Amino acid sequence: MLSTGQLQQLFSGAWITIQVTAYSAVIGTLIALVGGVASLSGSRLLRWFTRVYVEIFRGVSAIILLFWVYFTLPQLFGIFLTPLQAGMLALGTNMGAYGSEIARGAIQAIPKGQTEAAIAINLSPFHRLRHVVLPQAVVLMLPPFGNLLIEVMKASALVSLIDLSDLTERAQNLRTLRAATSLEIFTAVLVLYFLISASITLGVRALERRFGRGLDVGGGLGGAVK
Amino acid sequence: MATRENEPTSDGESAGGRPSPERPMVRFDSVTKAFGDNVVLDGLDFEVAAGEKLVIIGPSGSGKTTILRVLMTLERPDSGMIEVGGEHLYHEERGGKLVKASEKHVRRVRGKISMVFQHFFLFPHKTVLENITLGPVKALGVPKDEARERACKLLELVGMEGKHDQYPASLSGGQKQRVAIARALAMQPKVMLFDEVTSALDPELVGEVLGVLRDLALNTDMTMLLVTHEMGFAKEIGDRVVMFDNGRVVEEGPPRQMFSQPREARTRSFLDAVLDHE
Amino acid sequence: MTAGAVAQASPATWDWDIAQRMMPELLRGLSVTLQATLVGITVAMVLGLVLAMARRSSLPVVRWPVVGFIEFVRSTPLLVQLFFLFFVLPDLGVRLSGFTAGVLGLGLHYATYTSEAYRSGIENVEKGQWEAAVACNLSTRTTWGSVVLPQAIPTVIPALGNYLVAMLKDAPLLSTIAVLELLAVARQLNSQLFRPLEAFSLAALLFLAVSIPAAILVRYLEKRYGYSRE
Ligand SMILES: Nc1ncnc2c1ncn2[C@@H]1O[C@H](COP(=O)(O)OP(=O)(O)OP(=O)(O)O)[C@@H](O)[C@H]1O
Ligand SMILES: [Mg+2]
Repeated sequence: MLSTGQLQQLFSGAWITIQVTAYSAVIGTLIALVGGVASLSGSRLLRWFTRVYVEIFRGVSAIILLFWVYFTLPQLFGIFLTPLQAGMLALGTNMGAYGSEIARGAIQAIPKGQTEAAIAINLSPFHRLRHVVLPQAVVLMLPPFGNLLIEVMKASALVSLIDLSDLTERAQNLRTLRAATSLEIFTAVLVLYFLISASITLGVRALERRFGRGLDVGGGLGGAVK
Repeated sequence: MATRENEPTSDGESAGGRPSPERPMVRFDSVTKAFGDNVVLDGLDFEVAAGEKLVIIGPSGSGKTTILRVLMTLERPDSGMIEVGGEHLYHEERGGKLVKASEKHVRRVRGKISMVFQHFFLFPHKTVLENITLGPVKALGVPKDEARERACKLLELVGMEGKHDQYPASLSGGQKQRVAIARALAMQPKVMLFDEVTSALDPELVGEVLGVLRDLALNTDMTMLLVTHEMGFAKEIGDRVVMFDNGRVVEEGPPRQMFSQPREARTRSFLDAVLDHE
Repeated sequence: MTAGAVAQASPATWDWDIAQRMMPELLRGLSVTLQATLVGITVAMVLGLVLAMARRSSLPVVRWPVVGFIEFVRSTPLLVQLFFLFFVLPDLGVRLSGFTAGVLGLGLHYATYTSEAYRSGIENVEKGQWEAAVACNLSTRTTWGSVVLPQAIPTVIPALGNYLVAMLKDAPLLSTIAVLELLAVARQLNSQLFRPLEAFSLAALLFLAVSIPAAILVRYLEKRYGYSRE
């Protein structure tokens, strides 16, 4: 059996995993909202730019992106990135690319009449987006974003490869120390990951209920991210 | 630039405008709008006087909705000019020349107009009260408290007091449309556009909405453009009726004459068809 | 785990010579990545179908473990699953090569996704088809093989295409369990030549050169054959 000390190590690893996931999700969500709006903007240049961004950052494998960010960016620009920063940047930009597509779909799914009614009360384009379209689109975005968040959480295991002591890194560490049987360690780690996933799922459901006030929730967009 | 707004811009007789003692509130000057090959507005000219209640009738697909949408800037005309309250909607004067208006100019002039839609288009994520205060607070900069107070008065006006905190999903069609009217009124527009606002309602709910419209028409000096198939109602509140077909005005006149002795055969056959139906 | 490259003080510039020297090995790595993906998707397609059918079993003792397995595997990281197959199984007496563990891991992980696709494909087959099969007195086997699956599987193909592209993006994870695929080669070259810029940029570009056309092709096929992913 795992000792308390070993469990504690795993818990502190899980905490790092949660942090990396959370930071990446914040970056990813911001990019997704901006990207979703930009991909529908009137400016061709902006649309084109978003398209290229989405294709590249969605097209490249997250692990290759992570290595590229961690080892190459510092070289290219003569800056220093901590593993945490590199992890957030790689996972966040990756999530942002998938998220942009989700956001675009959700915004497009809002009936045109909503924008027209907002024009009839003379709201500025920004206010139309901020107070009329986005609040409704967010409700549609939540379920697929929940799935995306779980993918990001899973991908956060990659940061163990650039020496961040997340849950996966702790597991590998304990295994090489032969601190317990590898089966015990990895079973515990997989269960912890599962619990984090389940919490995310429950959290997103709660958000759906909260944001769904007045709206017919259900239907929504297809949830598939992968 | 800043001073320009206050200047009395080359008043009245602007480019080809015919002199009239009182400026029209709305003026269409050879406005054209086509969707692909489908010419919907074909060099349309017409005027609406300040305070006038204009009823627009015409067969389906004749472009009635398009007139209102072009005026609300939901569709951009292909050519021609539109004036609202003496100002160009889609053009502005710069260096003595009329050029395409900036977004800012369009927004300012558009502030004189508001619209009520056939399908309400209430904001489903906002309560009744929030639906009404959103425009005043965000577009007019009215303080929240004041906006709320005015919204309450408007809700009373449309007979919807006590429903402030409900979401639109819980309202009947007639109630939704009355809230939508209050929402438009809250913008204190000079011109109100109504596009078949009772067509999407169950028959038994039409009356309550028409009642509100009747009050507005008889008790305010707002300019109103109403597209409707409710001929009895049109007769009652309309100052003038315009019959519209194929992108042009076929005939116009006071309701009494239009409905009892239309001059044009086209109008007659249209009215026969509609009134038969009723 | 990694040969940590020291962040340099001054920006590096691209060296074409080095890039050229790296290319042949990177290409060989890329071909391993592609092979792993193809074997992996085959495993996922077969296993996913099995899971989807087992999930419809009338026996709760079959159904619930399958549901649990699917939920568990798709909620946990592929990387940890690969480590499990490669590092933990040997302690239990099962020794797999890196490549075998890798394609098995990819296949298992994605089988939980494909099974969902199959499931909706199967559910979209009209109920009347099952009833007609009963009316014709067909065996369970014939019902699945000749009636249900031939109708369900075509509708699932676009989704499978999407998972193929997704799996391609996960295949470089195999670099962590001693498979000499694209990223492993890049890491190796980096630690030999200390040129992360060329090594990882080329790896990324080579990868994009495959994944973007693949994604565009799948999207095109999806539109062309008009199946929805629902
Ligand atoms: N966005 C659009 N794209 C293409 N065609 C359009 C569009 N909007 C309107 N039309 C066409 O323009 C014509 C006039 O439409 P409009 O809605 O103005 O008619 P209407 O008089 O309001 O008809 P109804 O009584 O049915 O409401 C129709 O032929 C319609 O098909
Ligand atoms: Mg219409």
